Amino acid sequence: MSDSSTPLYSAREPVFPRRVSGRFRTLKWWIMGITLGIYYLTPWLRWDRGPNLPDQAVLIDLAGRRFYFLWIEIWPHEFYFVAGLLIMAGLGLFLFTSALGRVWCGYTCPQTVWTDLFILVERWIEGDRNARIRLHNAKWDAHKARLRVTKYAVWLLIAMATGGAWVFYFADAPTLAWQLLTFSAHPVAYMTIAVLTATTFIFGGLMREQVCIYMCPWPRIQGAMMDPDTLTVGYRAWRGEPRAKGKRRRDMEQAERIATEEAARGRGAPAYRSTPYPGALREAPLELAAGEDVTLNTGPGDCIDCMACVNVCPMGIDIRKGQQMECITCALCIDACDEVMEKIGKPRGLIDYLALSDEALERAGGKPKPIWKHVLRPRTLFYTALWSLIGFAMVYALFIRPEIDLTVAPVRNPTFVMLSDGSIRNTYDVRLRNKHGEERPFRLTAHGDPAYRISLEGSVFETVTVPANETRLQRVYVTVPPGADPASSDVSEIRFWVEDLTNGERAFKDSTFNGQEAQ
Amino acid sequence: MSEKRLDEETGQYTTGHSYDGIEELNTPLPRWWLWTFYATIIWGLAYTIAYPAWPMVSGATAGVLGWSTRANVAEDIVEHEAQNAALVQELVGAELASVEPGSDLHRYATARGGAVFRAQCSQCHGSGAAGAMGYPNLLDNDWLWGGTIDDIAYTVAHGIRNETSDARYSEMPAFGEVLSSGEIAALVAHVQALPQGAGGEGETLFLDNCAACHGEQGEGMRDLGAPNLGDAIWLYGGDDATLTETIANARFGVMPAWGQRLSEADVRAVSLYVHSLGGGE
Repeated sequence: MSDSSTPLYSAREPVFPRRVSGRFRTLKWWIMGITLGIYYLTPWLRWDRGPNLPDQAVLIDLAGRRFYFLWIEIWPHEFYFVAGLLIMAGLGLFLFTSALGRVWCGYTCPQTVWTDLFILVERWIEGDRNARIRLHNAKWDAHKARLRVTKYAVWLLIAMATGGAWVFYFADAPTLAWQLLTFSAHPVAYMTIAVLTATTFIFGGLMREQVCIYMCPWPRIQGAMMDPDTLTVGYRAWRGEPRAKGKRRRDMEQAERIATEEAARGRGAPAYRSTPYPGALREAPLELAAGEDVTLNTGPGDCIDCMACVNVCPMGIDIRKGQQMECITCALCIDACDEVMEKIGKPRGLIDYLALSDEALERAGGKPKPIWKHVLRPRTLFYTALWSLIGFAMVYALFIRPEIDLTVAPVRNPTFVMLSDGSIRNTYDVRLRNKHGEERPFRLTAHGDPAYRISLEGSVFETVTVPANETRLQRVYVTVPPGADPASSDVSEIRFWVEDLTNGERAFKDSTFNGQEAQ
Repeated sequence: MSEKRLDEETGQYTTGHSYDGIEELNTPLPRWWLWTFYATIIWGLAYTIAYPAWPMVSGATAGVLGWSTRANVAEDIVEHEAQNAALVQELVGAELASVEPGSDLHRYATARGGAVFRAQCSQCHGSGAAGAMGYPNLLDNDWLWGGTIDDIAYTVAHGIRNETSDARYSEMPAFGEVLSSGEIAALVAHVQALPQGAGGEGETLFLDNCAACHGEQGEGMRDLGAPNLGDAIWLYGGDDATLTETIANARFGVMPAWGQRLSEADVRAVSLYVHSLGGGE
């Protein structure tokens, strides 16, 4: 490689986010606690479903092909519920992204939540930003080794708990926990825990923001779903610039003060524009000819260039550079900046949730549109309507779905059988589902023509007992005497009804009956 | 061919190939790549020695490890048999008529019987057991030699009209040598109209020649495998030409004695399977 070309690989710049407190940090602590609590504790919730069914509130029983969620039990043929949930998740993401930008990334994405937790541990053990930078640059000695080993050990424990909690969703949690401890669990459980421990440790501890920047497709996709009305974390450059600190700032402030006093005494023009705070329209808007504006001097902006917003950023970026793909809108820079603004006696909100469509107005010192006007737009309302529609449809489907069910598969080899008296017989493989926790007697009947006579293979009754929480395959014969319509015609309609004799619940399936012409 | 020279731009030697002044750099494969390549060659050779590989005139080299897919399958079969040993024993010892539908034994037997049927019986009786001309449909309720589970098991084990001494046996004469074509035509008309019959010459001929085995109303006789001629089912066909052919030249349907070829468990399993297809008595 020649010297002139730049390398395609750039090494990671380590990020040491500083501790910050404020409204959004508090909100994020709460969200972290709730989401992690849900994740770690859900498998331990119990739910009584009767003697033949598992008593775990949320259980994905892969071997038994059942999904239990509180009072809801999903069978494989009802997988459309999962599809519906995925569609709702997708639409929900559209809705939140168009209204609030990358709010998912900043608050609830597992990568963000676990990284936050890992940084919290790091801060407890190694200290805040400056201490961590010192430690990072320090030579390896006993002190550094001790801190690093402690940190990695705690991370590893969290990672193992994370991987461990995952497998509890797939088996009875207390039983599996005991098996794991006594080393009698299935190897798949250990392997799953090992893999998830490794990914949690690496993603949350070592890779962090790189996962969002290089691995995750959302930053690209979500950028495409935002529009100028979307509320997102931004820097009010028109208020903050030109940023200045130290002697330069003091000089600029003094120059502004002198000029303003001069102007007040009637000498000289009002050479300084006032800072365009939201809602602080200039008392007397300047009537300026085109191009004249540039002759106005500008005092120092509100940004004192303290780097607080950069120091707290878990992504290691500078929000003052504008919208960036790396920004996950975690809003910690808002907290950091508000803290500083309060100290120097300026209004909050130099960095804030703002919509780009308000920029022109705010630059002129106008008030931004109220938040609800940004959020309630045709686009977000449309997403909400779609989302709710699917949600209602699924709830409706959930309530009307029967606890018993059947499928009917006509046997096609052969399509019909002629009996010795000339009757025509069709055979059907009927699968009867009993979703109850106890066995139920089901009665099968055939409707559609008075000539249909039903009989069940291996039984002299029309009733069959289906075991609890199972599907039973029953071969069913329907016979029609010679001369009757279905026997002599090509294909006739037939409807199978199944009735749960304990509570009268019914379900049906349509099929066809092949007559002699069907050859 | 020009001189191999050091290329200053890249710091590498050229191969010495030059075409219209365009030279080729000699960029050797990385060492690790080369050694991996050599290792795969050694591995490949060792593999062909250890496992069956080189094609010979008949078969292939066996490999020093003695591994074979056939042996693996045989092992799997042995393992499978061992798993079902208890059920097989139960099946062989069971009173077939008392095997409950829906019981574990019945489920096992019909599954096993289905496999046997598809392998051994479907060639004649069809994969759906619907039969074909001359090969009875096993789904209906018309049985030549009896449709109880024990009748079926006997038929499967000993077969029909074969060389074995226990086979079900009967033989219809070829009436073409005895009756004139006019008489056969009258007989055909009578048989087609059974159980009432067409009367007249046909009825007389039937009572004289056929009723001994097929019964006076053509109701058939299972002990002799004589079909019921009055029902809706024809084994070879009920039209004029087919019936004329049947009466004139007779039929002699043969079924092998499967007891000689299949295990006792297989015979019992396939019998239970056939019995469960909808026609069993």
